[in-house]
Amino acid sequence: MRNALSKKIVDIQPSGIRKFFDVVNEMPDAISLGVGEPDFDTPWSVREEGIYSLEKGRTFYTSNAGLMELRQEICNYVHRKYGVLYNPSEETLVTVGGSEAIDIALRCMVDPGDEVLIPQPSYVSYLPCAIMADAAPVIINLKAENEFKLTKEQLEESITDKTKILVLPFPNNPTGAIMTKEELEQIVPVIIKHDLYVISDEIYSELTYGGRRHCSIASLPGMRERTITINGFSKAFAMTGWRLGYACGPKEIIGQMTKLHQFAIMCAPTTSQFAAVEALKNCDAEVDKMVEAYDQRRRYLINAFKEMGIECFEPFGAFYIFPSIKKFGMTSEEFATKLLEEQKLAVVPGTAFGDSGEGFIRISYAYSIDNLKTGLQRIQQFIDKL
Amino acid sequence: MREKILNMLENNGRIDLKDMAVMLGMQEAEVANEIADMEKEHVICGYNTLINWDKTTEDKVTALIEVKVTPQRGLGFDSIAERIYQYDEVTSVYLMSGGFDFTVIIEGKTMKSVAQFVSTKLSPLESVLSTSTHFVLKKYKDYGIVLDSDEKDERMLVTP
Repeated sequence: MRNALSKKIVDIQPSGIRKFFDVVNEMPDAISLGVGEPDFDTPWSVREEGIYSLEKGRTFYTSNAGLMELRQEICNYVHRKYGVLYNPSEETLVTVGGSEAIDIALRCMVDPGDEVLIPQPSYVSYLPCAIMADAAPVIINLKAENEFKLTKEQLEESITDKTKILVLPFPNNPTGAIMTKEELEQIVPVIIKHDLYVISDEIYSELTYGGRRHCSIASLPGMRERTITINGFSKAFAMTGWRLGYACGPKEIIGQMTKLHQFAIMCAPTTSQFAAVEALKNCDAEVDKMVEAYDQRRRYLINAFKEMGIECFEPFGAFYIFPSIKKFGMTSEEFATKLLEEQKLAVVPGTAFGDSGEGFIRISYAYSIDNLKTGLQRIQQFIDKL
Repeated sequence: MREKILNMLENNGRIDLKDMAVMLGMQEAEVANEIADMEKEHVICGYNTLINWDKTTEDKVTALIEVKVTPQRGLGFDSIAERIYQYDEVTSVYLMSGGFDFTVIIEGKTMKSVAQFVSTKLSPLESVLSTSTHFVLKKYKDYGIVLDSDEKDERMLVTP
């Protein structure tokens, strides 16, 4: 028989961390600070809207780009929150989570050999998606001394005449880093000078702390026409399982993305779309409450690591901290594996998010304070024995 | 900042002062002073524990009584409310809008003792025109907390 498989797909490295994840997920008595999703339930009014749409028998396809009512609400929301105005009929696409949007945006925008800049540590899907789109991924290794922000120097030195796209993953999973308006303004001239497009993954945009507000790069002069902004409902509204995201951008790109989405997906889940309308319209207070809770836990963790003498820069976004474990003389994976074996506590090694995550672990604070306390005690016991 | 302190205490009256200071990004002494001030000003009126008595051997009956009264000249409702809330059996008294004037919540050991209170203490009060007593059969949620909840974390242990 012939080989059934595509060489391109087989050659994509499965996430190196898969094995570790499989081990953890089969340890029933382990506790974890390793989850990448909110601990809150979706606000009840949102769940109720979903139930109501089912009761009403709204179980059909929506238009490919998504319910018009939802797209309108998305545009209102993006304008209200980040000051960028999009047209709901041509510049907005409702997707199956932010992940789908990342995939199809890359497919729509690159030809074979085009270089895509991927700052790391960052979410695991940019690299394989770029490869599946036949692009040439180029990794930018973000540095702890820059608090894992992208500097204009690092950007400039990664650009060649083949570079077409910059993936901008802020607020960042796993580091919690954000980029302020001033910091974005530093890299914008470089982007424009080299005529790059930006895929800005802003899925954590609502989760920023310490008085800092998220700035969308599309809101800066000259950027709207060269940016695809990706966002979604998973993190801000605690809706991970609903699988709903969206992309906003220039109509030429959104048009092609809608075409791909039509062939691969047809439309995002209808129940989720009805529920999401409620989330955008009426859940600001619920989101504020969750953000306040995350912020309190963030301060709690930062302080706890300081007291343990473990170095950690103060992150202002998402729900992760990214402490350095370099001084213990182990790789991230060794540290995480030992911590799991000895204390039955799961954290995610920084290397799950790229080589530049070596020497760090990702701790999630999508947990109650009581859970965080238990986890911290175990880390303390672990390092006491080292 | 007061509101943030209050929100935390409202959710967990036993929260550790040091934890609280860290979580709010304040000094421990600052938080302690603020709480002391609020206790003095009666912004914080007390610290209760939310108990699901159904799970104990103690018998308790809760009743919610709608009370209609005639307000007294010059004193309005306040003096009547005071006459009602002085009783130990009464746990809450609210002045209401709508079809009746007070909601009075009473806790007793038995239905009989509650009935007796209403007929011998509450109804005979001069200004009370009528009462309507509703017994609580089961408490599902009180003060924002689901009483019989067995929520567990159903998330996968690690996800990227």
